[in-house]
Amino acid sequence: MAQPAAQQQTTATGQPPAEEGYASDRYRRLFKTVALSTCIVALAPLIVLAVLNYHQYKRAYRADLIHPISLLTSNTKRSLEFFLSQRRSALNMIINDKSFDELCDQVRLEEIFTNLKMSFGGGFVDLGLIDDAGNQCSYVGPYELEGINYSDQQWFREVSLRGVYVSNVFKGFRKVPHFVIAVKHETGPRSYHILRATVDTEMLNDRILHLSERPSSDAFLISRKGVLQSPSRIYGDVLDRFPLEVPPYSVKVEVIEQLDERGRPLILGYAYIESTSFIFVLINRPEAIMGNWLSLRSEMIIFTAVSALLILAVIFWGSNYMVSGLRAADVKRAAVFHNMEYTNKMATIGRLAAGVAHEINNPLAIINEKAGLLKDLVLMSEEHPLNDKFCSIVDSIIKSVERCSSITHRLLGFARQREARTEMINLDLLLKEVLGFLGKSALHRDIEVNFDVPDDLPAIESDRRQLQQIFLNIINNAFAAVDDGGRIEIIMNEPEPGIVGVSVADNGTGISKENLKHIFEPFFTTKKGYGTGLGLSITYGLVNKIGGRIEVDSVEGEGTTFAILLPVVGKNA
Amino acid sequence: MDSLRVLLVDDEEELVETLVERLQIRGIHAEGVTRGVDAIQRIREGDFDVVVLDMKMPGLDGLEVIGQLKHDRADIQVILLTGHGSSEDADRGIKAGAFDYLIKPVDIDELIEIIRKAADR
Repeated sequence: MAQPAAQQQTTATGQPPAEEGYASDRYRRLFKTVALSTCIVALAPLIVLAVLNYHQYKRAYRADLIHPISLLTSNTKRSLEFFLSQRRSALNMIINDKSFDELCDQVRLEEIFTNLKMSFGGGFVDLGLIDDAGNQCSYVGPYELEGINYSDQQWFREVSLRGVYVSNVFKGFRKVPHFVIAVKHETGPRSYHILRATVDTEMLNDRILHLSERPSSDAFLISRKGVLQSPSRIYGDVLDRFPLEVPPYSVKVEVIEQLDERGRPLILGYAYIESTSFIFVLINRPEAIMGNWLSLRSEMIIFTAVSALLILAVIFWGSNYMVSGLRAADVKRAAVFHNMEYTNKMATIGRLAAGVAHEINNPLAIINEKAGLLKDLVLMSEEHPLNDKFCSIVDSIIKSVERCSSITHRLLGFARQREARTEMINLDLLLKEVLGFLGKSALHRDIEVNFDVPDDLPAIESDRRQLQQIFLNIINNAFAAVDDGGRIEIIMNEPEPGIVGVSVADNGTGISKENLKHIFEPFFTTKKGYGTGLGLSITYGLVNKIGGRIEVDSVEGEGTTFAILLPVVGKNA
Repeated sequence: MDSLRVLLVDDEEELVETLVERLQIRGIHAEGVTRGVDAIQRIREGDFDVVVLDMKMPGLDGLEVIGQLKHDRADIQVILLTGHGSSEDADRGIKAGAFDYLIKPVDIDELIEIIRKAADR
């Protein structure tokens, strides 16, 4: 009769144990897959949309920022070029219109200079004529420059070569910044003269300074060597060094973004002024204008992050809910299925056992009565030398019949299918009955089973069949855990009033700490290949069902102790 | 000879014969039949104090015989024999009016003790 017990270990089911994280890798994997795929589906569009919006808004803001700078730089470039071109044209007109001799005439040059200043509203500081040998022929202006030779000077060589020259800004004796415009007039194959005017930078600055009115912007001229040619609100006065790198040459207006000397972002619009070494620079600090963008960007980031967190939370909750539900349904279905299978099996065994018992009990009864009659007859007969021997043989037959009878009774007592019901149970008798089924296995495998029961233990009110299942599972597991010749100790006690405890300790292989956490979980098994991992799960469920609790303690390599604590008064009492 | 009159009813003829003989050895007037129908017939004819009745028999089974007996002779006490090793069938018999039950195989002394108790009722 050990077979049903052994099968129960692997097929019957019970209540699933309490939730303790995810029971198996399968559900963990399912959770990961569901959560991850939902995350991808839900978050990817949000993130893509957020990134696209971010770049779109950024582009729009940058366009708003860069366009006016580009426009202003372009306008100022034209204005400056026009200003210089006017002065250059005036000088060209004079040098082409007047003869060398006329211009050499000091009085005539003074008249021309006066007319020039009147026509152009000031700005011209002096005017001088230089011959092709570099000699100053005539001069009108604040300095004593007559007779000076310029032939070894760079500007003279340049104007001789190119026909026109606009100098960088410099401070003369009066410490006033100005620059020089010189034009050449050729009178023969190798003869020419040069008209040279010094121009005050004030009128030039007027065209630039109004652009620096806003605190976030600055506009100025620099030379190609990076020297300020007009005062800058940020970088200092004329002839100071421009601290940033000179922007690269370009024929058209350019707007670039770069970091200033302190690492702050700035937008720099610039234009190379034609036929001069001037570069017009318009600087705008983007913080003020970009403030709105930065605030919008923060809002976008916060909105996206909060949305993503919300979505993640919902996905986590949803996936967890779904997988838990699925797992609960799986466990429930498996439990119902196995329970049904177990019930059917037990019912079949019960019918078979009842039939066998009845068929055997009748012939046993005949043997019993025949033997009894034989004994009666012997006792009634005259004294015979073999009477005692006869009686002894008959007693032996009757005892054997009793043994057979107890076997059939026990078989029926266990296998008979009865409806679950609460009754008063002597646990020690029930345990002995359970052990009776495993007795043969213990004998064959030389397993020592010690049974320790105190005398004064109360009977408990419980369900006999469920208790049989519980102890069959636990004791059968102990049998499976020990080697041949091992030891199992069953100790009963009353740890507290109203509770009866049964501990089943084996000196078997023990359970690792990691496995110990999972042993009551459904489908968890260490019996590779032949365990369904439901035995202890069922036991756990049954113990809970009848109001008890189960505890386990194990040391790997030393053994395992299962303690089952049962209430004296039944759960439904 | 005891004045007790006992009818044994069991489909196992050999069992009936042996038990009858053993009871008679012990001074009890015992008769045996192997079918429920015969039992009812015999009870109508004879004057039995106690009927020892097997639960499971071909034809009329123990419970049906009890039903008939209680109808004909309510004063006769019935002791049931069951081979099922469980009390459930016997419980049904007790509810139907049987005095007590014994599970096969029975001890002769125990049987006689119960027969006497039943007869004393």
